[in-house]
Amino acid sequence: MDDAPPKPRRRFRQAFWDEPLLSEIGRKGRLGFLVPEDPKIKEWAKAKGGERFVPSALRRGGDTPLPELSELQVLRHFNRLSQMNFSVETGMYPLGSCTMKYNPKVSEAIASSPKMREAHPLQHDSTVQGLLQIFYELSGMLCEITGMKRFALSTAAGAQGEFAGVLMIRKYLRDQGRGDRTEILVADSAHGTNPASAAMAGFEVVKVPSDESGLATIESVKAKLTPRTAGMMLTVPNTLGLFEPDVSEISKAVHDAGGMMYYDGANMNALLGKARPGDMGFDVVHLNLHKTFATPHGGGGPGAGPVGASAALEDYLPVPMVEKTGDDYRLDYARPKSIGRLKGFYANSAILLRAYSYIRLLGADGLDNVSSLAVLGANYLLSKLNTQGYSIPVGGGIRRKHEAIVSVRGGHGGAGKIAKALLDYGVHSPTVYFPLTVEEALMIEPTETETIESLDDYAEVLNSLFEKLKAGELEDEPKNTSIGRIDEVKASHPLTLKVKW
Amino acid sequence: MVEAHPFLPNLEDETIERMLKQVKASSIADLFEDIPEGLRLKRKLAIPDGQGEAMVRRELYARLGKNKTPPDQLCFLGGGVYPHYIPAAVDSILSRQEFYTAYTPYQPEISQGMLQALFEYQSMMCDLLGMQVCNSSMYDWASAAGEAVRMAARVKNRGTILVAKSVGEGRLEVIKTYAEPMGVKLQPVEFDPKSGGIDLASLKSKLASAGGDVAALYLENPNVFGVIEEQVDGAVEMVHAAGGLVIVGVNPISLSVLREPASYGADVAVGEGQPLGVPMNFGGPHMGIFAVKDIGLARSMPGRLIGMTTTKDGSEKAFCMVLQTREQHIRREAATSNICTNQALLALAAAAYMSLLGKNGFKKLGEVNLANSHYAAERIGELHGVKAPLFTGPFFGEFTVGYERRKAPWVFSELAKRGVMGGYPLTQHFTQIGEAGSFCVTEVHSSADIGRLVDALGEVV
Repeated sequence: MDDAPPKPRRRFRQAFWDEPLLSEIGRKGRLGFLVPEDPKIKEWAKAKGGERFVPSALRRGGDTPLPELSELQVLRHFNRLSQMNFSVETGMYPLGSCTMKYNPKVSEAIASSPKMREAHPLQHDSTVQGLLQIFYELSGMLCEITGMKRFALSTAAGAQGEFAGVLMIRKYLRDQGRGDRTEILVADSAHGTNPASAAMAGFEVVKVPSDESGLATIESVKAKLTPRTAGMMLTVPNTLGLFEPDVSEISKAVHDAGGMMYYDGANMNALLGKARPGDMGFDVVHLNLHKTFATPHGGGGPGAGPVGASAALEDYLPVPMVEKTGDDYRLDYARPKSIGRLKGFYANSAILLRAYSYIRLLGADGLDNVSSLAVLGANYLLSKLNTQGYSIPVGGGIRRKHEAIVSVRGGHGGAGKIAKALLDYGVHSPTVYFPLTVEEALMIEPTETETIESLDDYAEVLNSLFEKLKAGELEDEPKNTSIGRIDEVKASHPLTLKVKW
Repeated sequence: MVEAHPFLPNLEDETIERMLKQVKASSIADLFEDIPEGLRLKRKLAIPDGQGEAMVRRELYARLGKNKTPPDQLCFLGGGVYPHYIPAAVDSILSRQEFYTAYTPYQPEISQGMLQALFEYQSMMCDLLGMQVCNSSMYDWASAAGEAVRMAARVKNRGTILVAKSVGEGRLEVIKTYAEPMGVKLQPVEFDPKSGGIDLASLKSKLASAGGDVAALYLENPNVFGVIEEQVDGAVEMVHAAGGLVIVGVNPISLSVLREPASYGADVAVGEGQPLGVPMNFGGPHMGIFAVKDIGLARSMPGRLIGMTTTKDGSEKAFCMVLQTREQHIRREAATSNICTNQALLALAAAAYMSLLGKNGFKKLGEVNLANSHYAAERIGELHGVKAPLFTGPFFGEFTVGYERRKAPWVFSELAKRGVMGGYPLTQHFTQIGEAGSFCVTEVHSSADIGRLVDALGEVV
């Protein structure tokens, strides 16, 4: 095999349709679906004078404000739009901290079973035993993977899991008579959801600065601990892709100071079978099933963000929990210390089912391989980057885990320009300008599902783009995407949030 | 020699060797040496061994096979999740991997498809609600209601939220969880035991006793009993006069025939998008609707907003995320909410659903839901030992049945044994209405299905 990487070339031109808005197409009288109507009830209603079911004063005036299109017109519209959308199954999508890995098709097939789709959340527990058993087992598997005592599966997304987790800490401390603890420590490299979740739960956010290596050190944490400390939220590995070497000492210091430790599981893809937050001293953990456990991101969602707890916080988990008595499974709401409910109905069950399927497909060894190869892939890609163009800003030689943060040399918005130019090569850009602690940051998370060839290719494109950047050639990219550079200033004008006013 | 795996393309000795060499590591273990020795897991996870997809599919189908679902077990449950037919075209659109394997459109030039679809969702939903700004989705109705209550308390800088007693239990519980950390007090507003609608006298007295501290009233229309609020104009007027906002929770299907929230002066509309082309899925994923009456409130609202603009050269229309300075990735602890991942794919489902049904189909859907539910209520009302509907107020889609001789949970479980899921017991949360259960009837139910329900109920009550 030839070791020389393939030359980057233009090999991509995204589809473009000058697709009108739905409100601009269609014609009077068309429809795309025939509503089922029972002839017997229709007759009955006619005899009743059906309009009288609702007094006219309560009825909507005028026409229903929806378009009039044929079924094929609707399909063409959305299929054309889909062609103007980049995705994991289109090409490499290494958005850092988002874990854009392959989502197994078989999980989609399983989740599309009518036995899943048509199960109503209020139906009697005795009629959903198969599903409840799956959730019970999933909860146990997530405990094993993270080293926690118990998992609640009901929270709908990572941020909701975080909210649940900090509420648990709050309630626990109040029950202990320590409700005066109002401060949560958050590393400055944390995802924005961490401080936002802590603030929503009524905490003051205390920022812990990273050292020059990008790490939260025991000294920096100790400097922020006070008698008001309720706990600390930490991401491990952190958003720079670095395992926090002081994590055990940090946990101990926070615990000694009377606080609790929160683990943001956004980066768990690095640690499956390698290390467990429970062993690091964390009291509460959330996982993003749509990241680590390969459920599709859906263009922004849905996901699922289950929360795990140590023995101390177990009773505070959100309800309902799946309980097992003998061979019977049921949803348990009667947990008096619980923080309560965060979702109107049980959970994002169809996402949980996909995550369970993923774990069963891979098993213990497979999950371990996932993290091995995710870390190997990120380090491999990093090693292929030209250090003249991309500096490795932090870490002081510590091995990266599942994601690689580089800083584009030369300042002046280089990261943004390179991100836009990458799109012209049929790949998605990394996360840009995050974490906020790194200048001109590109946060690259290739994931274990990318081949070595695509890693080589991505590195090669990045290297060639730096040359172009240096030569001043990257100004008005992208050019091969459906449309060129967008005017985001104009978009923020409020009169553009819907079609007509 | 390692065994190859379809999701792990580099799991092959030669490739691993080559990659390790490139990164100057001698083994995979080297890559994890930075993890302190004491923290490394030195055993295999206690999780069953992996299996190929054929085996996993077979096993999970068998497990799911234990679930009882239509047509063997008919579903007449509602309460915020409703059985509606999902057109095959909606599933076809949702199965486009270009949509469902994408993420948040952070790079708009390469993500125009999802952005335009979400913009169209926002536009159609705004029109349906009569609101001016709708975000591109929340997790579900309940969390949308929780966020709306928080927004109202923040915007009004007041500490009391009035909540109609006739709201769904799940929404109420989630509102409590969301409101509690802000120190917001929730005060219940009674419903009229005869009509099932909001009790204006109770509202008046709660407003008076709060002494100008009411940030908002949250009510649902139709409410948890299926009752359409006949007094809603009066309620809105009273809350506005006290300087509070009105947040209304809706089932969007009902807006095919019922007045839209803006027409009676609601400031914020939330609701459940699930009826619009999203499977019930034993609780999720569903989709929360969140809309506000004007741009002033939009600046304080949670969630992603998609706006329409043009390319820089002005040659093409274009879409991108807007007003992002409200959001957590920019504003961090000062953000309007912590929401990041939302339910975008299901907003797409709703957009596809609404455009398929269209102006006439959607209206027809509403009429059929009215007719079917009224037909069922009348048939049930002919049975002995029940009062159906229990309330005199007009209803949409679901209705409450009172039992004269039986306990509601018993009826619920006896119906389940007879192949009918319905009569979700309301008694434990609404003790004042006596033994009663809730039934939801939609376009998916035929007269024969309703006959099965009536027969089963007849044996039980």
